[in-house]
Amino acid sequence: MVSNTGWMRNQEGLGLWEHRGKVAIVGWGQSHIDRRWDGVSLDRSCGGLTKEACLKAIADAGLSLDDIDGLITSAETRAEQTWAPRPYFDPPYDTEDGLTFTSADWIQRELGMKNVQYRVSDAPYIGPMMGLAAQAVGDGLCETALVWYPMVNLAGRYGHNNPQNNSDEAPGPSAFTLPWGYQSGAMFNNLVIFQQYCKKYGKSHDGLADLCLNLRRNGLMTPWSYYALHEPYQLTREDYLNGRVIEEPLVIYDCDRPVNTCAAFIFTTAERAKDLRQKPAYVLNHAQNGGRGRSTMATLEEHQEAVASLARKMWEGSGLGPDDVDIFNPYDGYLTFTQQFLEGFQWHGVKWGEAHDFYADDIRVEGPHPFLSSGGNNGTGRTRACLFSDSLEQLRGTAGPRQVTTRNDTALAGCNTPDSNGFLMLSKHPD
Amino acid sequence: MSTIPGLERPGPVPNDMTRPFWDACNERRLVLQNCTACQRLHYPPAQRCDQCGSADNFQWKEVEGKGHIDVYMVIRDSRIRGFRSAQPINFAVITLDEDPGINFLSNLPGTPPGEVPVGAPVELIFEETSTGQLVHEWQVVT
Repeated sequence: MVSNTGWMRNQEGLGLWEHRGKVAIVGWGQSHIDRRWDGVSLDRSCGGLTKEACLKAIADAGLSLDDIDGLITSAETRAEQTWAPRPYFDPPYDTEDGLTFTSADWIQRELGMKNVQYRVSDAPYIGPMMGLAAQAVGDGLCETALVWYPMVNLAGRYGHNNPQNNSDEAPGPSAFTLPWGYQSGAMFNNLVIFQQYCKKYGKSHDGLADLCLNLRRNGLMTPWSYYALHEPYQLTREDYLNGRVIEEPLVIYDCDRPVNTCAAFIFTTAERAKDLRQKPAYVLNHAQNGGRGRSTMATLEEHQEAVASLARKMWEGSGLGPDDVDIFNPYDGYLTFTQQFLEGFQWHGVKWGEAHDFYADDIRVEGPHPFLSSGGNNGTGRTRACLFSDSLEQLRGTAGPRQVTTRNDTALAGCNTPDSNGFLMLSKHPD
Repeated sequence: MSTIPGLERPGPVPNDMTRPFWDACNERRLVLQNCTACQRLHYPPAQRCDQCGSADNFQWKEVEGKGHIDVYMVIRDSRIRGFRSAQPINFAVITLDEDPGINFLSNLPGTPPGEVPVGAPVELIFEETSTGQLVHEWQVVT
C-alpha cells in the first residue's frame, strides 16, 4: 500500500533523479473502448477490460505472467457511483472490485500470477502513478511492474449520480464551494483561471478551436480511440464555435468525453529491458505537483508558478531543458488549462500568453510543432493513458499516421491539472 | 431561500474548525481567520497559517464586506441538483478589497446571467440555503 508520498519528486532542489535511465517502459496494452459499460457484458466491465489491457501489455513486452513481480493501479477510475444496491454477478464480479475498479489482488487472482511481491492498489491517478511505478522499480521494490489505469463510465449522465451533487448539505471543504454551484476543480477553477488568462493577455475562447480540431484529427489517426471506433468524423470550426455550452464560455468540445476502457504498461529495469521485444523507453525523471491556491479559487498567477516549478523540477531531475523535449503530451481534459503546460514548459519556445497563437500555427503531426500528437483525451476519449502510450509509440517509431516528422528522441507526458499532476520524461537513450 | 428564482443551495455543514465562521454568517457578519503573527487573512478556514505554519495565532476577524468582480462564467448545465432549476446562473469570483488575495464565489443575485460587469464593486449580503444556514453572497453596488 502507498502509505505516504515520500516517493514523490514534488520539490525543487532534489537534483538529478537517482534512477535516471535505469528504469524503462517496455510494454503497453490498450483494451477495447466504449462510451459506457452496458452493465451486462462482463468482458467489457472494468475487470474484463483490465485483464485485456494487462495481457496485451505483457505480450507487447514479450514477457510472461511469471515475469511480473509488481502490480500497481489506482482506484481513481472516475466511476462517480457504485453498482450497489443493484444485484452483483457471480464471482469474480460479486463486489465493486472488478466492476468499478480492479485491485492488484483481483487481477493477480484472475490472471494467476505467481511471483508478485509488490502490490499497490491505492496509487493516485495515472500521472503520479507512472512516477510511483518508475520509483518502485528504481528502488528495487520490484523488477518488472504491471501498471494499469481503468477509466469507468456507467449508465446515466456523468456526475449527476454523484451523491454529493444530489444532497441538501455541503459537508467538509465543499461547504465553501458547493452552495455557489462549484462542482469540479478541474472544470470550474481552471475555467476561472482561463477567464483570468483571457483578461490578462487579451485572448478569447475562440482561440482554442484550432487545438480542439487538431486533437480530434490526431485522435482519428489513433486506431483504438473512441472517435476512430465509434464516431469517425472530423469536427469543423463551426461545430466547435457553436458547441453546446456547459459553463459559458466552456463548450462540450472543451471537455474530454468519459469512456469505459483500460490501459496497461510494463516498467522494468534498464538491465532487464535489454533483452526484451520492444525498444525501451527509458525514464529520465518523474515529477509531481500537489497543492492549492491561497483562497477559494487558485489564480492564474498561482497556476503559472505551479507549472513553472513543475518544469524546473523536471529539468533538474532529468538533466534536460526545454529545447530537448521532442514529444509533448500534457493533459487536455479541459482544453482551458492545456496552455498552462505549454507555456510553463516553454515547449517550442512558447511563452506566457502565446499559446493561442501557437495553436493557430501548424501543430499537425506532419508539421514542425506536433503538439499533443496523441490526440489527447479530447481526440481519443478520456483515457488519460493516451498521453503516455502515444509517447511510447512516437519513441518507438510505431505511431503510424500520427508519427511525427520531427526528432523523436524524448517525450514528456503527464496529467492532470497545473496544480495537481505527475509527469514523466522518457527517452530512447538511457543517458 | 435564495433570491435567485429556482435556486436551492446545499447548506454548509459546520465542523469544529468552521463553526465560528458559519455562526457569524447566521448573524449576518463575515469573519475570517487572521494570523496575528503574520497579519494574514485566511479563507476558507485553515488548520494553520499558510505563511508561518502556526495554528496558535489565529483569531476571527470581522471584515468589511466590500469587494470587486474579478472574472465570471455562466453555469448552463450543472451537475448539482439545486442549481439545475436555476440555470443559467452567474458564477463569479469576488476579490476582497481589504486583501485581494482572498476570493469568494458568488452567483451575483440581482445581476442577469451573462450581464456581469467585470471589475465592478460588490457588497456583502446573505442568503438562505436548503438547511436554513445563511451563506455570504455578493451583489453589485448600484
